Amino acid sequence: MSQSTLDRKFDRIRELEEAGRLGGTRGNRALRKMLNNPLALVGLVIFSIILLASIFAPWLTDHDPSKINLRAMLQEPSAEHWFGTDKTGRDVFARVLYGGRVSILVGLGSALLSAAVGVLIGCYAGYKGGWIDVVCLRISEVFMAFPQIILVLLLVSIVGQSLSNLIIIFVISGWGAMFRLSRARMLSLREEEYVQALRSFGVSTGRICYKHILPNALGPIMVNVTLTTAMFILAEAGLSFLGLGVPLNIPTWGNILNVAQDLRVLQNNWWMWLPVGMVISLFVLSVNFIGDGLRDSADPTQQG
Amino acid sequence: MTKGPEIILTVRDLKTHFPVRAGIFKGVVGQVKAVDGVNLDIYRGEVLGLVGESGCGKTTLGKSILQLVKPTSGQINYHESRENDDNVDDEQNVLELSGLTSDELAPFRQKLQIVFQDPHSSLNPAFTIFGSLEDPLKQCGFKTRKERRQVIGDILESVNLRREYMDRYPNEFSGGQRQRIGIARALSVSPELIVCDEAVSALDVSIQAQVLQLLIDLKEKRKLTYLFITHDLSVSEYICDRIAVMYLGQIVELADSESLYRNTLHPYTQALISAIPVADLDKKTTRIVLEGDVPSPVNPPSGCTFHPRCHRATDRCKTEIPTLKRYQIDGQEHYASCHLIEHEPVVG
Amino acid sequence: MSESSEMNDHDLALRVLNLKTYFYNDRRCNKAINGVSFDIHKGKTLCVVGESGCGKSVTASTIMQLLPTLSRIEEGEITYYSDDGEIRIDQLERNGEPMRAIRGSEIAMIFQDPMTALNPAYTVGFQIGEMLQYHTPLDKKQVRARTIELLSDMGIPLPEQRVDEYPHQYSGGMRQRAMIAMAMACNPKILIADEPTTALDVTIQAQIFELMDTLKREHGTAIMLITHDMGVVAELADDVAVMYMGNIVESGTVDDVLRTPAHPYTQALLDSIPVLGRGRGQKLKAIRGSTPDAYDRPIGCQFEPRCDHATAQCKSMPEEVGINISHRVRCWHYEEISRND
Repeated sequence: MSQSTLDRKFDRIRELEEAGRLGGTRGNRALRKMLNNPLALVGLVIFSIILLASIFAPWLTDHDPSKINLRAMLQEPSAEHWFGTDKTGRDVFARVLYGGRVSILVGLGSALLSAAVGVLIGCYAGYKGGWIDVVCLRISEVFMAFPQIILVLLLVSIVGQSLSNLIIIFVISGWGAMFRLSRARMLSLREEEYVQALRSFGVSTGRICYKHILPNALGPIMVNVTLTTAMFILAEAGLSFLGLGVPLNIPTWGNILNVAQDLRVLQNNWWMWLPVGMVISLFVLSVNFIGDGLRDSADPTQQG
Repeated sequence: MTKGPEIILTVRDLKTHFPVRAGIFKGVVGQVKAVDGVNLDIYRGEVLGLVGESGCGKTTLGKSILQLVKPTSGQINYHESRENDDNVDDEQNVLELSGLTSDELAPFRQKLQIVFQDPHSSLNPAFTIFGSLEDPLKQCGFKTRKERRQVIGDILESVNLRREYMDRYPNEFSGGQRQRIGIARALSVSPELIVCDEAVSALDVSIQAQVLQLLIDLKEKRKLTYLFITHDLSVSEYICDRIAVMYLGQIVELADSESLYRNTLHPYTQALISAIPVADLDKKTTRIVLEGDVPSPVNPPSGCTFHPRCHRATDRCKTEIPTLKRYQIDGQEHYASCHLIEHEPVVG
Repeated sequence: MSESSEMNDHDLALRVLNLKTYFYNDRRCNKAINGVSFDIHKGKTLCVVGESGCGKSVTASTIMQLLPTLSRIEEGEITYYSDDGEIRIDQLERNGEPMRAIRGSEIAMIFQDPMTALNPAYTVGFQIGEMLQYHTPLDKKQVRARTIELLSDMGIPLPEQRVDEYPHQYSGGMRQRAMIAMAMACNPKILIADEPTTALDVTIQAQIFELMDTLKREHGTAIMLITHDMGVVAELADDVAVMYMGNIVESGTVDDVLRTPAHPYTQALLDSIPVLGRGRGQKLKAIRGSTPDAYDRPIGCQFEPRCDHATAQCKSMPEEVGINISHRVRCWHYEEISRND
C-alpha cells in the first residue's frame, strides 16, 4: 500500500478517534478481520452454497440420483436435466448434489477424526516428553512415510471397499500431521508459568494437558482441520476416479469423475465430468480461502 | 515461655544437576550444576532473600524446594508448625520431602506455594480467573462450586481486587493486577511458605512498590514465610530479613540484610553491591568492575568458583574450595565462604 | 514552544521540537508521543526515563525513522546538526538514500536484547564489516582490520578469533559489546541506546556503562540513553527527560530533576523505589492506580487520575514552563512540589 493511501486511511481513523466515535465494541477482533478479508468472505459464500445445496438436495431436484433410465442416456444439459445424464441415464445434477453429501462427509469426517486422534496423542506425548514422546514420534513418522495409495490398495484388498473403510484409511494416513502440530504447540505451551503453577498445586497430568493447555493450542489446529478437509476431498476424488475409493454404487464427486477415464467421454460428453470437476475445485478453493482467512485473522501485523 | 526462632524448612547439601546431552544417541556429556551443595535453614515468619545473577541457581533452588524440579541429591525437611503446641520441649514434627512420591507430596503442596515472575504467562488466557483458580481448590477439598466462589472472592479482596473480577479474562487486567491474582492463587490454599520467584521484577517500577507493600501486609496478616528470589539487591534490602547471596549454585554469603551491607565479607557480594546503580546523587561508590563474564554452570572453575573474576584472588583460591563458615559480627550471625576473611569462624 | 539555551546552541547534536507520533493499529489511533521536545548535546548523555507505555522507545524509533508501517510522524521537527549543516530528519523518506546514509554512520542505535539484535546466521565480523563497507570507502582488508580494532576497543578478548565467530558463541555481555562495536564502527555523532542493559546481569551492566562513559569522553559522542531505572539515571545522566504517557513531564540536568523534582510523577517515582543503602527503614510510597490504557487516555494532564495534587485545572493539558535555564516542567502545580521538597 502506498504511503499516500496509508496517509488517507490514517487521517480518517484519526478524525474518528478524536471525535470519540471509535472504541465502543470490544467485539471479536479476529472475527472482524475475517469479515473484512474479501477472499475469505468469497470462500465462505461459495462453501456455504455448495454445502447447503448438498444438504437440501431433495428440495432442489426431483430426480433420484441412482435411478437408471436407459431411454435417456448421454443427454446433453437441458431444462429437464440441468447437467444432462450419464451412460445409464442417471441425472448428473442430482448425482452431484447427493454426491456432495458423501464427499463432504468423507472430507470433513476424516479431517475431524484424524485431528481427534492426532491431538489426543500429540498433546499427551508433547507434555510428558521422554520415551513416550520419542516412541509416538517414531510411530507417527512410520505412518506418515507410507504412501497413501499403497495403504489404500493394501487395505482394500484385505477388508474390501466401503465408505467407512475409506474414512479409516484417511485417518490412518492423516493423524500424523495433526499429531506433530499439536505436539509442537504443546512443547512451547508447557513451559508457560500457569502450567507450572498447576503442577505446584498437584493437579494431575491429564487434567493439565487436556483441560488447561489444549484450549490454547486449538487455534492452529482448527485452521489445519479446514485445510485437511480440502485435502481429503481431493484425495477421495482421486481415489474414486481410479475406482479405488468409495464403491461405485454410492454417488460421490469422485465416482462421478470416474467415467472420465474414458477418452471418448472426455471428448464428447463434457457435462459428465466438467461440472463436477468445477464443483470440486470451487469447494476446495473456498475451503483454502477460509483457512487462509482464519490464519490471517490471527496475525496481529495485518491491518485489521 | 518463649520460643526461639522456629524453623519451617531445612535444606541439607542440596544438589540439582541437569544432564547435558549431545550426539546422535543423546548421550550425557556433562552436567549443568545448577544447585551444587546448598545448606539453608528458613525460619518461620521471616523473609529470606535469595540473591544472585543469572546462572547462580536461585530459581532452581526455589523450585527444587517445592519439588517442581527434582533434586539430584540432598535433603529437604519440612518442620510442622508449633503454634498450637504448648510444650516447648516436644520435638517438632519433621517430615522429609525429598523422597516422596507425587501422591505422598500432595498434602504439602498446599503448605508450600510459589508466585511467578511473568504476569503475562502466569495465568491461562483461555480461562476466566475463576476457572484458573478453581482447580487448585478442588485439589484441596473444596467440593462445591459455591464454596469455591466464596473462597476465591475472599482471596481476591485480600489482594485489593474486586470479587467480580473472577469472571473476567486475564487479558482484561494490567501487569500489576495479574501479579496480584497470581499472589491470590498462591494464597487460596492457605500456605505457610511462599517462594516469590522474581515476583516483582517484571513489573513497572511504580507498581513494584504496590505489590511489595501487599506482600508485606499479607505476611503480617497471615503469618507467612517468604523465600524471596530476586536479582535486585535494592528490593531485597528493603523487604528481606536475611539475605543469601548465590554464585554458581552455592551460597557464598548469608546474613541479615543490614549486616550484609554494613559488613560485607565476600568479594562477590562487594562487587555486586558496588555495581548496582543507585538512585541517589549523594551516594557515589567506587565501583568494583568485575572482569569477564558470569561463567557457565557446566564447567565451573576449580577451587573457589569465583576466583577468575575476583580482584583479591590468591593461589590458594585457585585450588582449594572454600566452605561456608559461621561468623559472629556485631552480634549477628553472618555466614561466608571465602579464604580471605579476617574474622575467626564460630564453631558449633 | 520551549526556550532553547542560547549558550549551548553550538554544541547541539539533535533538536526535537513538538514531536508527535501516532500509531494506527486495529483501526484505532494511538497517540504514542503527543508533543515532545528536547535537545541532545555533544559529549553529554541524555537519559529518557519512564515506565512501559510512556513512549520512550517510540521516540528513539522516530528519530531513526524505524517506525512500523502502521504509524507516522504527525507533527513536529527533528533537526540533526551534522558537519554539513542542519538536516530535517522528519522530512526525509524513511528508506530513502539520505536517511540510510545517516542511519548507522551518523546516528546509531543499540537495542535492548542482544540475543535477538544480532543475526544468528552470520558471523559478528561479517555484520560489523557490512556496516563499514556500506558507509566507508575502506577495502576488504582494511575493513577486517578495523573490525578487529573495534572489538578490541570494546573490551572483547581475543578479537582476532572472535571476529569469525557467530553470535551464539558470544555471551550476553559480549554480544552487547559487539552491538556497541557495530554502532560505533562509523564514529557516529549520536548514539541511541534503548534499555541496553536491562537484559544483562548487574555486574555486566557495570562493565557496559564504563564502556559507554569512555566512548563519550574519548569520542565526544552524544548519547541518548533510554531506561526505566532511576539508578542508571543517577549514575550516567548529564541531562534527564522524564516521560509519562507520551509527554515529557519534566526535563533538566540530572541535579535539577533528581534533587529538586518539580513534577508530581517524578517525585512519586523517586519515592516509590527502594534505594540501596537506605536500609529497611526507608518508606516506599506506591503510586496509586495504574497506567491508563493507550486507547482510553485521560483528558488533559495524563497523570491527573493518579496524582495527589490534582485539581479541576488539571483537566486541561499544562503548558511547559521553565523553572530555570535548564529545568522545564509540565504541571500546573509545580511550585507546590518544589516547595515541599
